[in-house]
Amino acid sequence: MENDPKDKEKNPPKGRGITRRRFLKTVGSGAAVAAASDVLTSLGSVEAAPVKPEEVLRINLLVNGQPHRLMVESRWSLLFVLREKLGLTGTKVGCERGECGACTVLIDAVPRYACMTLAVEAEGSEIVTLEGLMHGEELGPVQQAFAEHDALQCGYCTPGQIMSAEGLLRRNPNPTVDEIRMGMSGNLCRCGAYPHIFKAVGRAARLKK
Amino acid sequence: MAESEKGLYYIEGMPVPETSKPGEPPKPWGKTQIVGKAVPRVDAYERVSGSAVYPADVSLPNMLYGAILRCPHPHARVKKVSVEKALHLPGVSAIISSDTPGANPTWTYSSGSVEIQSRLFDPVCRFEGEAVAAVAAETPYRAWDAVRAIAVDYETLPFVADERLALKPDAISIHKGGNRVEPTKIYARGDVAKGFAEADVILEQEYRTECEIHSPIEPHGCVANWDGNRLTIWESTQGVYRVQSNVADILNLPLSMVRVIGHYMGGAFGSKLQAGKYTVIAALLAKRSGGPVKITLSREETFLAVGNRPAANMKLKAGIKKDGTLTALDFECLGTGGAYPAGGTSGVDWLVRDLYLCSNVRTKSTDVYVNAGPARAFRAPGHPQGAWALEQMMDALAEAIRMDPVEVRLKNIPSVSQGRKGQPPYTTTGLKECLKEGAAAFGWQQARKQIAESGKKGTVRRGVGMAGALWAAGGGRPPSTIILKLFSDGSVNLNMGASDIGTGTKTVMALVVAEELGANPDLIQIEHADTGTTQFATPSGGSKTVPTESPAVRAAAIDVKQQLLAIAARDLKVEADSLEFKSGGIVSKTDPSRKIRIAELSGLKQRGVVVGIGYRGPNPENKIANPFAAQFCEVEVDIRTGEVRIIRFLGAHDSGRVMSRLTYDNQVFGGITMGIGLAATEARILDGNQTGKMVNRNWHDYKLPTALDVPADMVSLPIDLGDTEVNTTGAKGLGEPVTIPTAAAVANAVYHATGVRVTTTPINPVKLCRLLAG
Repeated sequence: MENDPKDKEKNPPKGRGITRRRFLKTVGSGAAVAAASDVLTSLGSVEAAPVKPEEVLRINLLVNGQPHRLMVESRWSLLFVLREKLGLTGTKVGCERGECGACTVLIDAVPRYACMTLAVEAEGSEIVTLEGLMHGEELGPVQQAFAEHDALQCGYCTPGQIMSAEGLLRRNPNPTVDEIRMGMSGNLCRCGAYPHIFKAVGRAARLKK
Repeated sequence: MAESEKGLYYIEGMPVPETSKPGEPPKPWGKTQIVGKAVPRVDAYERVSGSAVYPADVSLPNMLYGAILRCPHPHARVKKVSVEKALHLPGVSAIISSDTPGANPTWTYSSGSVEIQSRLFDPVCRFEGEAVAAVAAETPYRAWDAVRAIAVDYETLPFVADERLALKPDAISIHKGGNRVEPTKIYARGDVAKGFAEADVILEQEYRTECEIHSPIEPHGCVANWDGNRLTIWESTQGVYRVQSNVADILNLPLSMVRVIGHYMGGAFGSKLQAGKYTVIAALLAKRSGGPVKITLSREETFLAVGNRPAANMKLKAGIKKDGTLTALDFECLGTGGAYPAGGTSGVDWLVRDLYLCSNVRTKSTDVYVNAGPARAFRAPGHPQGAWALEQMMDALAEAIRMDPVEVRLKNIPSVSQGRKGQPPYTTTGLKECLKEGAAAFGWQQARKQIAESGKKGTVRRGVGMAGALWAAGGGRPPSTIILKLFSDGSVNLNMGASDIGTGTKTVMALVVAEELGANPDLIQIEHADTGTTQFATPSGGSKTVPTESPAVRAAAIDVKQQLLAIAARDLKVEADSLEFKSGGIVSKTDPSRKIRIAELSGLKQRGVVVGIGYRGPNPENKIANPFAAQFCEVEVDIRTGEVRIIRFLGAHDSGRVMSRLTYDNQVFGGITMGIGLAATEARILDGNQTGKMVNRNWHDYKLPTALDVPADMVSLPIDLGDTEVNTTGAKGLGEPVTIPTAAAVANAVYHATGVRVTTTPINPVKLCRLLAG
């Protein structure tokens, strides 16, 4: 799972978003901010009161191609905002501490844990959730492959598994079984559907062609 | 033209089973057309599209979020709970604790005949994570702010967190009367002393399995909503009716005022068989705040307060003759269900009593209290622990008498359930076939030969191991009621109370309906797991859901067919006996030109719907229906690092008829995966000496098997002996036997590879490296 914030530092997101480091630095150095994050970034060096965790900020999120204007507390995770504010409950809550991968979404095409991403730091990025893989009411190829191979049991980790597979296949369209196992190793499945998941990811690679 | 004539709902030409006459039992199926096929599960779309709404996903207007303040100490008296500061935080709407009038009902912990009455917020917290107070607020962030703002004055008490110390004279008493849950339970048959006297080889060994946490990926939780006196709960549960009765009982409400809905749930493995304290807390908070309340436990809370598979400390002495005949088994187990009665040793001795032929058996089980979270049923309670001891012992006995481990088991196949009173026979005993066919499919003998020939060279050593098992339940039983509605166009709705916990219950039941009616399973509408709209069902647990529900579903489908035949007889002006049900229509047995499509039946058009009712019939008298199993695996051990790589696994399972091949295989692989967790990665660690607290209450430190820890090469080999006695579908339970032999098979393979017998779980590199070093 490429969830290391450092990755993002190496490949800064396009647009006017703020990185985690810059956000934390801004907060830490005390920006007088209760406004959009582009203001926030520009005020990085201003001496002022720090942003409180519950302070409300206005942000723009691009989710599944749809722009959303939202008022969020600075401490809210992207996971919380997706599920409880935007109603996108395909992204599941499992641990809220970056361990299980049930909340995996694509952020600028990279699978990341939405529980370890603050909503404010997702601004300026392209976010894709499970719902974003659908074509209307039709399943996308990875979803189709998971259904065909019964790559799930209770289905609760499944959205995260599918998003990790989607991310894996976007960067590696022809993974070997070992590459699939490595690519899926950031997503726990307590029901233990792993062998079917491996098959489904292989099938998805073929369906995507 | 009716829809059914277009072949939309029915599979044209598909033979369907003969319709039994009213009051007569249906014949066994024999070969099936749809049941057992590898078709995708019927709710796969909902589960992969994100449209399945799990309780954690439920969002209602004006909904609040609950959070629970939990005791941070393993043993403490709550002296004072100060909530003023928390109550004044903006967005906080209700706080309840033991001081809140009407918010502290009795809470009963029980196991067998032992019962302890406590309170929802008990003045004495006997385990870390016991509930002390709870908050409802406009966001979960605010709810946790409020939890942190509550000041609790605790008087910390001395504790005992290790069951091995609980009966020592200096151990504190957790409940009045000491730390024994009940007197040591003793089972005996024959004479073990005589048995040992007859033995050529006697071995004795101590074993231990560590405590495991269920860890479903959806945390425990619910949403509770009141409409006046009516309470609706969306609960992540294995059994909506069980939750309904628990909540109604605790809150003193009529069952009709409590509706529990549990359409989807994200895993449980035994930990969601009942209402939790959080369920009642959500209801109490919702009552006080005037809005629905959602509680989703934090991951850390799920490690402390909603169950576990307790540790087992076992000692087994076994005697065997040179020809492989077992002469005596003497077993002892010390276990704990935590701070309250919770079946701490339940099921641990069962395999010793029942799995292999042996005339002289004695078992002693001692269950004690410790200051730790209460246990809950965990996938085949007691059995994987017992298998860890018995199956390693069988391996050691085989080696001692120079016999193949498969062969020694084949020498001791029972046909009766020896551990039960009166020793009733099993309906089918597939243990022999699981062992023989499993070994053949795995290539057991070739693998052992190859490993023997390659010798102990290099730093990476290969080994193979196997283990057998049975599951003490898995036959299913009444009650179950199923309703099958056939609409006027011939399409159907299946109505059942059972939960589909991921095992594929809905899919299996749709296939049963499809088999009987010749219908397309994808077009069957299923309504389930809702006490308001579906029929009574016991919780999905004990591997009994398929053998319990599938015969009732079959009976409901037959009832529909019988009614349709009667309607057709009136339309065609013939006797119902002269007609037979075909896929999509009804035809005269003697004159095939006399036929009618279902959608054309006048009586059906008039009524709009035909309702078939099916009940689960009784089990065969004086017979036991148990699933059997054998699993085989191959491992590679790096003797420098102690790392174990599991290369392949094969599960041969006699669970009767395969009802749905994809979900069947998935259960086998899932059980093996969970067993690998017991064998190699999982252990709750309590700081027994200093704080009594759990130190690894998260998935970084408590390791579940990941995609890298399980082999991609897993094989599921169903063994179906054609059990026509067990019930009318021939299915036995599967979900639990699949995880019973796994850990022991891994341990035996590690022994085969290294010559080191690891008698305590988990076999991790730290431990194995030390053992390899001698």
